[in-house]
Amino acid sequence: MPRSLVGGDLAGPEMAQPYMKKEDDDGEVEYSPFFGIEKGAVLQEARAFHNPQLDARRCSQVITKLLYLLNQGETFTKVEATEVFFAVTKLFQSSDAGLRRLVYLMIKELSPSSDEVIIVTSSLMKDMNSKTDMYRANAIRVLCRIIDGTLLTQIERYLKQAIVDKNPVVASAALVSGIHLVQANPEIVKRWSNEVQEAVQSRAALVQFHGLALLHQIKQNDRLAISKLVSSLTRGSVRSPLAQCLLIRYTSQVIRESSMNTQNGDLPFFDFLESCLRHKAEMVILEAARKITELDVTSRQLAPAITVLQLFLSSSKPVLRFAAVRTLNKVAMTRPLAVTNCNVDLESLMSDQNRSIATLAITTLLKTGNESSVDRLVKQITSFMSDIADEFKIVVVEAIRSLCLKFPLKHRSMLNFLSNSLREEGAFEYKKAIVDSIVTLISEIPDAKEIGLLHLCEFIEDCEFTYLSSQILHFLGNEGPRTSDPSKYIRYIYNRVILENATVRASAVSTLAKFGALVDTLKPQIFVLLRRCLFDTEDEVRDRATLYLQTLGGEIAVGNNEKDVKDFLFGSFDVPLANLEASLKTYDPSEEPFDISLVSREIKSQPLQEKKAPGKKPPAAAAPAPVSAVNSYQKMLSSIPEFSGFGRLFKSSEPVELTEAGIEYAVNVVKHIYDSYVVLQYTCANTIEQQLLEDVTVHVDASDAEEFSEICSKPLTSLPYNSPGHIFVAFKKPERVSAIGKFSNVLKFIVKEVDTSTGEADEDGVEDEYEIEDLEIVSADYMLRVAVSNFRNAWENMDPESERVDEYGLGVRESLAEAVSAVINILGMQPCEGTEVVPRNARSHTCLLSGVFISDVKVLVRLSFGLSGPNEVAMKLAVRSDDPEVSDKIHEIVASG
Amino acid sequence: METCPSVKNILLLDSEGKRVAVKYYSDDWPTLSAKLAFEKSVFAKTQKANAGTEAEIVMFDGQIVVYKFIQDLHFFVTGGEDDNELILASVLQGFSDAVDQLLRNIVDKRTALENLDLILLCLDEIVDGGIVLETEGSVIAEKVSAHGMEGGTSIAEQTLVQALTTAREHLAKSLLM
Repeated sequence: MPRSLVGGDLAGPEMAQPYMKKEDDDGEVEYSPFFGIEKGAVLQEARAFHNPQLDARRCSQVITKLLYLLNQGETFTKVEATEVFFAVTKLFQSSDAGLRRLVYLMIKELSPSSDEVIIVTSSLMKDMNSKTDMYRANAIRVLCRIIDGTLLTQIERYLKQAIVDKNPVVASAALVSGIHLVQANPEIVKRWSNEVQEAVQSRAALVQFHGLALLHQIKQNDRLAISKLVSSLTRGSVRSPLAQCLLIRYTSQVIRESSMNTQNGDLPFFDFLESCLRHKAEMVILEAARKITELDVTSRQLAPAITVLQLFLSSSKPVLRFAAVRTLNKVAMTRPLAVTNCNVDLESLMSDQNRSIATLAITTLLKTGNESSVDRLVKQITSFMSDIADEFKIVVVEAIRSLCLKFPLKHRSMLNFLSNSLREEGAFEYKKAIVDSIVTLISEIPDAKEIGLLHLCEFIEDCEFTYLSSQILHFLGNEGPRTSDPSKYIRYIYNRVILENATVRASAVSTLAKFGALVDTLKPQIFVLLRRCLFDTEDEVRDRATLYLQTLGGEIAVGNNEKDVKDFLFGSFDVPLANLEASLKTYDPSEEPFDISLVSREIKSQPLQEKKAPGKKPPAAAAPAPVSAVNSYQKMLSSIPEFSGFGRLFKSSEPVELTEAGIEYAVNVVKHIYDSYVVLQYTCANTIEQQLLEDVTVHVDASDAEEFSEICSKPLTSLPYNSPGHIFVAFKKPERVSAIGKFSNVLKFIVKEVDTSTGEADEDGVEDEYEIEDLEIVSADYMLRVAVSNFRNAWENMDPESERVDEYGLGVRESLAEAVSAVINILGMQPCEGTEVVPRNARSHTCLLSGVFISDVKVLVRLSFGLSGPNEVAMKLAVRSDDPEVSDKIHEIVASG
Repeated sequence: METCPSVKNILLLDSEGKRVAVKYYSDDWPTLSAKLAFEKSVFAKTQKANAGTEAEIVMFDGQIVVYKFIQDLHFFVTGGEDDNELILASVLQGFSDAVDQLLRNIVDKRTALENLDLILLCLDEIVDGGIVLETEGSVIAEKVSAHGMEGGTSIAEQTLVQALTTAREHLAKSLLM
């Protein structure tokens, strides 16, 4: 018989040690039966599959080699894959079971194209009806993996039969294939419900599991069916632990959905979940305990779940300890009190061999710990930090930070801990986490300021990260001058000028200048130091030093007084950088200088993004788009001659829909606010194919808006089907006044019939009008959402004389969070420092807002909310602004809202 | 699919982190380099641990990995962070038990490579497209090794009752066709 003589044939008929030939040659090298294997040679060997007299054993070896190559990441070209596929299909002639199994595997790996699939379909269908269970099961899995919908209908009959096959392996194979197929062919798989239902009652554990999973897939959109399924199974006996876990998941889903509807405290099926805590399989207990902790249950309902988790904490199995501590950690985030009973066990886990467990135990303890145990905990953690990985350390540092914010009196020991950690070895991310934490603590806890700053100063004495050094120097410049003894920081800062790279030196110069500007007693000394910087080798450092010396020394006049100088040098930069960048990009170099005051100050509020688990795709950055939207409005409006003299566009609102979705004409409006004008931009769309609209105008009735007078209107001459157009109506209003009012709108036009086949419109039209919703201009339209970087600084820099404080009762509210967001919406201001988020179960909350009111008046608002009685919300509102009248105005807005 | 526990991959690496056999069931790692990078970091993160007879566990990048080492073989099973660790652990246990049985208690890299076909079939019998097929090691091993004997299934080896059952089934099937 003709045999390929290329490679692999040396082993001959004696196959007991099939691949040993290499060992003699490479005794020293690490032994592998696949040593020196090459794709080309193996592909040659695969030609043996075409041999009419098949040597099953040899073919098995070749397939194993092919599988080995694929497993190592080798890829076949299209041609190679096709060739191998055809060769492999020949092997169906062999009746050797071992070979057949490898053929199945190979076909799955090759994932053949649909025209290739046809070739093996009949062989596989034959196997699907074989008397050997193993063939049946495997053939089903292979066939279902490679076929498409049309072929599926042909074999559907056999699959339904297989689902109720009395061999569990065959039934499982069909059910699992069903689970994969249901994604692409839901309609077909749905027809198998009866058989699947029968499988769920199977005595074989895994058939039940697979049956249940498939049944849920089929019915997942039918809430009632799921609920029925759960209620019948929770009463019956589910044999397999895996199936029981599924049932627990489905049950908790039903509970969650039903409790949203019923609103009473009773949780259906809760008894079932609780009974699962006494199941004999640990995976079921864990699943049930976890699901209970995720539900909105009472402390009493929660307790048994916590108890079993506590037992798991002392298990000998690391996986079980991990699962338990991970669950408790999650519970501690929202209900720390429920976990305190486990504190003793958690403390012993701090020395767990498995560092993931130890870290979770520590961070849990940091959440449940009380004020008295903090010192002891911190001490224990210190000994633990040296032998865990950076990523765990970051978790610990973050936990320490939130603990410190919770117990501000304990800041001393925690700052010590953080600064000790700074001295340890660590990569950038870790160091950054620590520095960020110290900065947060200094900003939040006034008492921590001086020690915190000294810790940071010590850190920059020996800091290898330029970014961190610059960040700390900047922060030091803001905070240092306001401490009791600013002079003690100078040494640290000037050392940077002597010792560091150019970037850090430049930052240090700026910091020195801030001290000089804010602390009069230090000014002469600072000037001496800055003069020395004039001899620096780096341009940037010299330039900064020169600038500061000249301006602070009064040699160059900036503005009228010293305050203007300081504002110029150190004032917060109130133009969002993204907007500035966008404007600079569109700026045409010309005679006209770039005017920074024309840059839009508006930052669009970004949707609240909770920190998503890492590994998931980051949400698409939405920031740049709105910025350019504002700029493009400005561009578009200034290109219209009627509006070109209106000056700078102060703000453009979000589009407001004036019609309901899905009706004949869709209209929305954008409010463009100028200092003494308002332009309403109506965007209209005609959604009727048989109509052409002409001379479209919006008739605006401003009788309820006394301060506004219409000055011009730009109608649309024609509005064909499906191509939206804009109508503008401009109003004059008193300059710099936040006039408010209500406008009623009517769309007027001439309708012409259109022949949809030719697209031609009738000559004659009919006048018609269409009522659309009213529109309001409210105070929030005159407020720009502008963030400040450091609210406290900004607040302190505002004139206290401008402050206006008053208290309001907001009545009964749905929740504190709802009240907070309602007030934010009325004012239209930018929440700062994440204060718009109200912690769950909070009884009081402080929210910080900033914005710019029309005519560029900066406004800062401090809102203190408190709950009195059941959901009765009271609020204290404190406003500071550049203009006391605006402060009063803010109160008027809130009082009228 | 989110409610069904699912396995993202099963890895069998050697003591240097090189592949012996791997199988990916999810598209979290679309390219070969992504897969290799994952294997590398899994190996590095579990290097220090002394995973003996008890399965160990580590969580990183939103994945949970349970693992155990036998001789110079490292067994890993990966799942999503919302999944039940104990289910993953039972898959790991099933895999290592089955391998132990298939390799007749000589569990090392060399034997594994010599019987790579068995290892690959074993992976195929444990999980199908991420869904757990079987977790009992002996059952898995039996399914894998059954082919050897089954190939030679002859009427002579069966008892009379079995033969009758088979014949009846056969008849029924041919009637149905």
